[in-house]
Amino acid sequence: MRLLLGFLFAFAVAAAFGLGLTQFALTRGTAFGAITIGAWTAWPKTGTADIDPYARAGIARTGELPVGSGDGVAFFTSSDEAGRTLDGRCTVTLSGTTPPARFWTITLYDLDGRLVANAANRFGFTSQEIARRADGSFEIVLSPRARPGNWLPTGGIDRYVVVLRLYDTPVGVATRTAKDAPMPAVTAGGCA
Amino acid sequence: MIRWALWLLGGLLLGGIVHLGSVLLLPRTATQDAYTRLAPFTPANTIVPVPAPTPDDAALPFMDPAFATAACRYDLAKGAMKLRVPVSQAYTSVSFYSRNGIAYYAINDRAAGRRVIELDLMTTQQRAELPDDEEVTAADRLIVESPTATGLILIRAFSPEPGLMTMARRALASAQCRPQS
Repeated sequence: MRLLLGFLFAFAVAAAFGLGLTQFALTRGTAFGAITIGAWTAWPKTGTADIDPYARAGIARTGELPVGSGDGVAFFTSSDEAGRTLDGRCTVTLSGTTPPARFWTITLYDLDGRLVANAANRFGFTSQEIARRADGSFEIVLSPRARPGNWLPTGGIDRYVVVLRLYDTPVGVATRTAKDAPMPAVTAGGCA
Repeated sequence: MIRWALWLLGGLLLGGIVHLGSVLLLPRTATQDAYTRLAPFTPANTIVPVPAPTPDDAALPFMDPAFATAACRYDLAKGAMKLRVPVSQAYTSVSFYSRNGIAYYAINDRAAGRRVIELDLMTTQQRAELPDDEEVTAADRLIVESPTATGLILIRAFSPEPGLMTMARRALASAQCRPQS
């Protein structure tokens, strides 16, 4: 009887611990092959046949199709440089330059990968739509209310993900540092 | 007490195996993967435009709204496929995904270096069965090997600004994906 109880206990622990760990790993994302530059993280290997088992399980669960490495690379962020979570009720500034690429797009999603609804029906920018300074750098403001310049509406949702996709770019599996890939700074500002 | 600690330890070790097993098995049991999501409106072996994502509805999560997208859900069971994609003004890419959503090959207009991206898609076995001489004469033919018999091809044309989306969609309309022979 005690043996049976012991087995049941061990199996319960195994199921809870094992599946819990899987759930945790798949929702948090893993560090395998990740490139982190400032606030941004990319998983270039996810766009190749060398994809790691965690990312494989992740895309099977969400239904996402990762950007192929012959196409481009996607950088994600949901917090600023200081680690503060991006809040759609507050102002967030992206400023600086982007790594070399034929062009890039920047898009806002909710945590499930849906576009962020807003009255302006604007979900992102392409590199060709951006107004820049004389030196080629730019500033994009993410906020719930309209701003002059490059403004992306957050629709006032509480959490969101910014995805910067570089297309036809040398940035990829071999990229390591901000010197190869200067990403725009992410700064969370005041809340409305 | 010691006995329960040992049971706990055993449970944790077993949990590690459960974890690895579930991660490896998940792709086979997923019911919401990209292939399953696209299957209802994409007949096999033909190109179908994928509707542009909106906040309420998107065929797949994390789609880039700056692109016009078309998909070809392929099935190589009856033989190899031929893909022909005229490139658009701005940027065109073709990405190949296995049944489980693994991006095993992607090419863009610049890498293809022509006005039309032309590819042959086949399984490793079908490629091995190609007559030798044919492979020689077709040296300039780009052959892509699919790791699985079924999968997805995503053809995407860039629209630099919203006003050019119609043009990008039109460029994709002339792409072809059909069985060889």
